[in-house]
Amino acid sequence: MNDKKNVLLKLFISTLYLSAFTFGGGYVIVTLMKKKFVDQYHWIEEDEMLDLIAIAQSSPGAIAVNGAIVVGYKLAGMVGALVAIIATIIPPFVIISLIFVFYNAFRTNLIVSRMLEGMQAGVGAVIAVVVYEMACGIVQEKSTASIVIMCGAFLAACVFDINVVIIILVCALIGIVRTLIQKRRNAK
Amino acid sequence: MIYLQLFVSFLQIGLFSFGGGYAAMPLIQDQVVTGHHWLTMAEFTDLITISQMTPGPIAINSATFVGIKIAGVGGALVSTLGCILPSCIIVTCIARLYLKYRNMSMLQGILGSLRPAVVAMVASSGISILISSFWGSEAAIVLKNTNLVLVAVFLLCVVLLKKFKMNPILVMVLAGVINTLFSFLPI
Repeated sequence: MNDKKNVLLKLFISTLYLSAFTFGGGYVIVTLMKKKFVDQYHWIEEDEMLDLIAIAQSSPGAIAVNGAIVVGYKLAGMVGALVAIIATIIPPFVIISLIFVFYNAFRTNLIVSRMLEGMQAGVGAVIAVVVYEMACGIVQEKSTASIVIMCGAFLAACVFDINVVIIILVCALIGIVRTLIQKRRNAK
Repeated sequence: MIYLQLFVSFLQIGLFSFGGGYAAMPLIQDQVVTGHHWLTMAEFTDLITISQMTPGPIAINSATFVGIKIAGVGGALVSTLGCILPSCIIVTCIARLYLKYRNMSMLQGILGSLRPAVVAMVASSGISILISSFWGSEAAIVLKNTNLVLVAVFLLCVVLLKKFKMNPILVMVLAGVINTLFSFLPI
């Protein structure tokens, strides 16, 4: 019993810490989770952790939250998942709430608004570079289907203003059909 | 009523954002800016900027920010809950199935087809952020209205990120500083 409480406490503190100090999004956080839970605590086997990370990255939702759920669930079932989720959410919740208060008070301040304006151009650049790199990754797969999906989705979203949920559902359906065809081929 | 709307909106964002990182961005834009007008495009761009500068997933940051703006701390809680609920259910189900069968080919197959679409949608959302940055939310997109300083800052940032692999947070701070300095130059 004491042992379990200890695990939950450690789980809470380490996920809270990772969530509060990891910049750079979900992909970075799951790598750090692996370092913590596999290399440092030896709570999870390396192979299994890689699969858990794959689950976190393939499921819908924020990868950091998904990562916390799989690790928490693996270590201590539903209670573990709940503890890990709460620890993951507290830092962004507190930080953004505080920032919102300042945002409201200072957005009209000349220096703050000039700062934010410049940073918006900066964030545009960050997104542009990320998109460019992701698109190169897709093109390098040399799969015609992927390139057609990418171009089609871009036209649908940017030119025809189609709701993104519809685009996602259609592409998920295409994915299901492709996987089924692949499976049938492999079976033959 | 507003709590329910926030909850349902962020539930959809949590349910349909695949691939992490910026994948949630087009969904948030669709719900929060286009659908419910909870934020203007300029505020949305600020939000993405702030998200980039702070730890935490974009979806959770947005849920907190939009929720608190529309309905106070209660709104932020409801939105965040909506955002993570699909993850909680889907991820635990998949984890349970995985621990039992050790096979994820269908899930990875779906993701294989979603990834190119996500790239395209993030690109589309990125374009609206750049338009909002260069031309403001209302102005017509013509050369006369273009904020040339910001276009130059954007190009500089792309070079710093791509060629010199500079840290994105540092690049963004630099972009903010350059723009602030420029606005106080007597030109």
